[in-house]
Amino acid sequence: MFGRISLRYEVPISLSLAILLTSLVIGSVLIWRSYEELRNDLFRSSVELGTVLTRTLVTALKHDDVWQAYQTLRSAGFKSYIVLDDQQRIFVSNQPKQFPMLSELRTLGPEFDALQVDIDNHVSLTPFLHERLEDERLYVVIPIIDDGIRIANLVIGYPRTIYRPHLMNIASRVGLTSLIVIAFLIPIGWWVGNRTVNPLVQLSRAMSQVGSEPLDDIKYKPLGRDDEIGKLGQSFQAMIEELKEKQNLEGQVIVSERLAAIGRLAAGIAHEINNPLGGMMNAISTHRRFGPLGPETEKTMILLERGLKQIHETVSALLVEARQESHDLTPEDVEDVRLLVQSDAQKKGLRLVWDNKLDGPLSLPSTPVRQVLMNLSLNAVQAAAEAGNVTLSVAPVDGLLEIRVSNDGITVSNEEIGKLFEPFVHHRPGGTGLGLWITYQIVRQFGGDIFVHSEHGTTSFMVHLPLESAA
Amino acid sequence: MVYSLKLHIPLLCLVLAVGTPAAVGAEQPSTLRIGLTPVFLDNKLSILRIWKRYLEIRLERPVEFVQRQTYREITDLLLARDIQTAWICGFPFVRNTRELTLLAVPLYRGQPLYRSYLIVPATDESTRNISDLRGKIFVYSDPDSNSGFLVPRVGLRRLGYNPDTFFSRTFFAWAHHDVVMAVAEGVAQGGAVDGYVWDTLQQLHPEITQRTRIVDKSRLFGFPPLVVHSALPEDEVRSLRRVMLKMQDEPDGAALLRELNLDGFIAGNTDLYDGIRKNVLYMNRAKRNVWQNQLTLRGTD
Repeated sequence: MFGRISLRYEVPISLSLAILLTSLVIGSVLIWRSYEELRNDLFRSSVELGTVLTRTLVTALKHDDVWQAYQTLRSAGFKSYIVLDDQQRIFVSNQPKQFPMLSELRTLGPEFDALQVDIDNHVSLTPFLHERLEDERLYVVIPIIDDGIRIANLVIGYPRTIYRPHLMNIASRVGLTSLIVIAFLIPIGWWVGNRTVNPLVQLSRAMSQVGSEPLDDIKYKPLGRDDEIGKLGQSFQAMIEELKEKQNLEGQVIVSERLAAIGRLAAGIAHEINNPLGGMMNAISTHRRFGPLGPETEKTMILLERGLKQIHETVSALLVEARQESHDLTPEDVEDVRLLVQSDAQKKGLRLVWDNKLDGPLSLPSTPVRQVLMNLSLNAVQAAAEAGNVTLSVAPVDGLLEIRVSNDGITVSNEEIGKLFEPFVHHRPGGTGLGLWITYQIVRQFGGDIFVHSEHGTTSFMVHLPLESAA
Repeated sequence: MVYSLKLHIPLLCLVLAVGTPAAVGAEQPSTLRIGLTPVFLDNKLSILRIWKRYLEIRLERPVEFVQRQTYREITDLLLARDIQTAWICGFPFVRNTRELTLLAVPLYRGQPLYRSYLIVPATDESTRNISDLRGKIFVYSDPDSNSGFLVPRVGLRRLGYNPDTFFSRTFFAWAHHDVVMAVAEGVAQGGAVDGYVWDTLQQLHPEITQRTRIVDKSRLFGFPPLVVHSALPEDEVRSLRRVMLKMQDEPDGAALLRELNLDGFIAGNTDLYDGIRKNVLYMNRAKRNVWQNQLTLRGTD
């Protein structure tokens, strides 16, 4: 019935309808019961009255004294009295014009025909009530008995409207009570309905966002409820979390794959360049060894040599060689880096928090780790806002060396984070664009992980380097 | 009520003034018992009370009115001498002339005469005479009433109808004012009533008589008389008659007569009831009880 209507309206409307229906049913039952009671009262009082009247009527009937019978029945108000003789003819009535003497009851219309049939069928000597909805009156028939024989019947007719004022009175009271109850219950119904439906509506709205909007934009807070709706909300939130994780993971995979591809490309190119480069460098040194050069040639040679050296450096930088022989990392190595970074930090008026938790040598080669520390901390110092904060912590955690570096400044977008570790990507003027590339290559070569998180103006790097595999 | 009280107090004083020395005297006078029938509006108790006091003062003896439902009961009481006098209909009077003596006859509209009216409900506009009421329901006042029984039955006989079967049903209302009521309320479709009662009711309660229509008025008959038992001592009859005949000459008597819608009482004579007597004879002849009843009547003549 409500298939097209939102639950938000359907539930309260259904509740209201249920309340209305209930009060209608209760009201009808109450009115019906009062009606029955009124009817019984009427019947009882009629029989009492009729029994008194029949005592006088017996004498009048036996003496054929119409006038005495008439005077007995005369002042009846709205009631109709009819005395039927043993041949079912009207002996006397208090309304002689309407119920003429001697006429047969059945000839007075269908209402009386039905009454007559009922009287004929009623063989016992007890009074009875004759009522039909279509009739103008209802009738109480009281047998007039003399010496155990029914000599006549006294019929007392009441206008059916006799109930109406009572019933109207009861109906209006029931109606008023119902209205008061409804006035209380319907707002409660709406409140309960909304309370039930609102979480569903929120959930449905959040669900419809899945797929069309970024997962981070989906705002949904499950209610602290343990019922079915509460559980549904919790499940939905769990699903969103899982989706987010999956999406993150996919993003990371893409980034690392891209970086791996770039790495392979860079290494290939570097090798191809290094071979002819070595040749050219050899040629220059050979040329120099065989006799003195003229000043012009010497100047050219120096230019060539310098250019080739720069190419070599660049290529070498691309070809990050982490596995250099070096001693194990000591706390002093970390402190050395601090010294180097501190001067730059002071120049910018930064607050540098350096948390070195190493208390002895770790089975990690010091040089590449120092380079990672150096790169990350310098990067942070450069990225930090003027008079900002830079925090660095180094600690061994569960077989890992964990390095955390963070700085305040601007928030880096997710898109930028994806490209952060690519070579020659300049984020600042003056940088080579290779610092983070090298860091990334070193970490990967040690089988470690690097995480970036940027939020609310704070960008953090976290590096995990496995200790044992590094040995 | 106010009216009755006004009269009540001086009358009471008179009763005390006159009655007490009599009671102190040697003999307690016997009570005069007067039978009343509904030949007049006998349901007006206030008038009866005043009339009783009026008579007690004049007669210097206690008076008691005796009322019964039927004429027959009063007649029987009179014949049994349980009561000394009664106001009855002319019909029982003519049937019992040997035992009864005329005491006084009321004057109505200056004459000791009245009529019987044939009435129908005012809603009945078609009935022109008694013949039109064939097969209808008819109300008589009393089987011993001239105007409320004998007159319409004689009328039917004269028209050739059998009064016992002419109407589909008849009943007795036992009083003329109830006949008017029965017709007015439609219990009966026709009725015979004492014309004097109808006229008086017309003055007092026009709302009742208006609901009836007079179809026919009979010829004049002797007005219902006050009678005594023939065995009542002559001096007692004389003093009673004197009181009755003097009523119109005394202010309180005249006031009472006005209340009764009468002009006074006269001594009257039995000839006044010849009309009724003829009707009785006619009916008896018609009933083929002629011989026996003729002898009875001849004897009384």
